[in-house]
Amino acid sequence: MRWLCMIIAMLLSSLPLRAEEAVVGLSQNRVSLTVNFEGSEILVFGAVRRETPLPDDSELDIVVAIEGPPLPAVIWRKERRLGIWVNTQSQEVRAAPSFYAVASTAPLSEILSPDADLTHRISTRLAIFEARGVDPADSAAFTEALIRIRESESLYQQRDGAVDLQRETLFSTRITLPKNITEGSYSARIFLLRDGDVIDEAETFIDVRKAVLERWLFNLAYDQPAIYGLLALALAVFFGWGAAALFRLLRH
Amino acid sequence: MQIYLPIAETSVNAFTLLGVGGGVGVLSGMFGVGGGFLITPLLFFIGVPPAVAVATGVNQVVASSISGVLAHLRRKTVDLRMGMVLLIGGLIGSMIGIWFFNLMQRMGQIDLVVQLAYVLFLGIIGALMLQEGWRALRRARSATPPRRKLHTHLWVHNLPLKMKFRASGLYISVFPPLLVGVGVGILAAIMGVGGGFILVPAMIYLLGMPTKVVIGTSLFQVTFVAAFTTMMHAITNHSVDVMLALFLIVGGALGAQIGTRIGMKLRAEELRILLALLVLAVCGKIALDLLLTPSELYSITIPGRF
Repeated sequence: MRWLCMIIAMLLSSLPLRAEEAVVGLSQNRVSLTVNFEGSEILVFGAVRRETPLPDDSELDIVVAIEGPPLPAVIWRKERRLGIWVNTQSQEVRAAPSFYAVASTAPLSEILSPDADLTHRISTRLAIFEARGVDPADSAAFTEALIRIRESESLYQQRDGAVDLQRETLFSTRITLPKNITEGSYSARIFLLRDGDVIDEAETFIDVRKAVLERWLFNLAYDQPAIYGLLALALAVFFGWGAAALFRLLRH
Repeated sequence: MQIYLPIAETSVNAFTLLGVGGGVGVLSGMFGVGGGFLITPLLFFIGVPPAVAVATGVNQVVASSISGVLAHLRRKTVDLRMGMVLLIGGLIGSMIGIWFFNLMQRMGQIDLVVQLAYVLFLGIIGALMLQEGWRALRRARSATPPRRKLHTHLWVHNLPLKMKFRASGLYISVFPPLLVGVGVGILAAIMGVGGGFILVPAMIYLLGMPTKVVIGTSLFQVTFVAAFTTMMHAITNHSVDVMLALFLIVGGALGAQIGTRIGMKLRAEELRILLALLVLAVCGKIALDLLLTPSELYSITIPGRF
C-alpha cells in the first residue's frame, strides 16, 4: 500500500513536468561552406505543446543552445621576455565546442538554477571540458580567455533575451553562424524552463559541410598530400607562366 | 565578395586578396624582386594563419619566378653548374627549415619565430639597401664612378673541393655556394619567401659572381627550392591553400605588368631607396607587434589545425 502511494506520488509530481513539451523546427538543417560563404543565419522556431492548463504560478522560459563539434585546444599566455611578447604558459582543454551560441528569453542566471545548468551543461563555461589533473584555480583564467577570444570572433555567443516567446506558446530566435565556422554536425538543443528547472528538452541537428570543390580540395590535401602539392605547383606554373605569356602576346 | 579558403578554413575578402597579390605584383615588377617577403607578412595582417601564409606564399613564389627563369634559360644567362650547387644546398636547407618549422609549431612558438626572422632579415637587408642606394645616388651625382675589382678572393673560396664555374668565370670551393644555398633554403621554409633578397647580394659580394648571370641563376635556384618547399609544406603540414594561392598569383601577374611600366620611368638609385624604405616599414610594423603590449595576451591553437 505504501509502495503504491509512493508511485502515485511520483507520478503526480512528475506529471506537471511532462505537461509541457517543445516542438522544434529549423529554417535549414544544412549549411554549405561554398566559395563565397559569408556566414549564415539560422531561424530556430517552435511551439510549446501542453495537455494541461497553463500553470499560473510560474513563468515559462526558453533556452536555445547551438553547439558545433567539440575539439581539443591549447590556450597560450604571453609574457614579456627580453622586451618582446612571447608565449610562455599554456593550458590544454580536453574539448571545447568550436561554436557555441546560447539564446534565452531572459538572462540565464535568472531563469536557470546552477544544478540544472550542471546536469544539462547549458552555459558556455560548462560546455568546455577542461583537461584532467589541472588546478582549477589556475586554469580559470585560461578558460575565460578561450571564451573571450571566441566571443570576439562570434564563435561563442550569449544572447540574453534573444528568444521571442509569444503567448507562452510560440517561440523563435535567430542564430548567426559566422564565416569562420568549422564543419561538422551542429546540435541545436531547446530547453523549456520553469522555476529554474528544465521541464522539457528537444534536440535537432544542423549539418555544416564544405561544398563539393572545397570538400574535394580539403580531402585531397589531407589524404593525398603529395598529389595535392603537385596540383598546387601545376597551378602555380600554369598561371605564373600563362599570365606572363598572355601579357607578352598582348604587347605585340 | 568573400572567398572561402578551404585549407585556412576562413573567408577573406576577394578584393583584399587581389589587392595584396596585385600590390605586391606592382612592387615586384617595379623593383625586380619576387615579393614573397611582402606577401607573407601582408597575409598575417589580413588574418591568414601564419602556417598557411608561409606555405602558400612559397607556392606563389613558384608562379612569380617561373616565367623569369624560362626567359633567362633561353637567353643562357643562367650558370647551371652554380645553380645546381646552390640548389642542392637549398634542398638541404629547406628540409632543415621544414623540420624546425614543424618543431616550433608543436611548441606553439611558430608565430614568434616567423616574426623574429622577418624583423631580423628585413631590418638588415633594408638598412644595407638604404645605405647602398644612398651612396649610389651621391656617386651618380658626382658622376665619377670609382673602379671596382672584378672580384676579391676571400678565404672561404680556397676551401677544399674546388670547382670550375665557367659561366661565372670562377674557380672556387663548392662550400661557399653550398652554404649560401642551405641558408636560403632554411629561410624559404620558415619565412615563405624565395630568398632572392639574400641570395642576390650573397652571390655578388660573397661568391663574386658577375652580375649578368646573377639574376638568372638566383631565379633558377629560387624556383626549384620554392617548388620543393611547397611540396614539403603540403606533405608534412597540409598547409598550402590553392584557393588563396590562385588569387595571389592572378593578382600578382596583373600587378607585375603595371609595376614594370612604372619601374622603367624611375631611376635605379631612387628605386633602391624606395624599396629599402618599404622593407624597413614592413620590418617596423612586425617589430612593433612584438614590442607593444598586445590587446589580448592569450591565444588559442587547435592541435592538427592552423
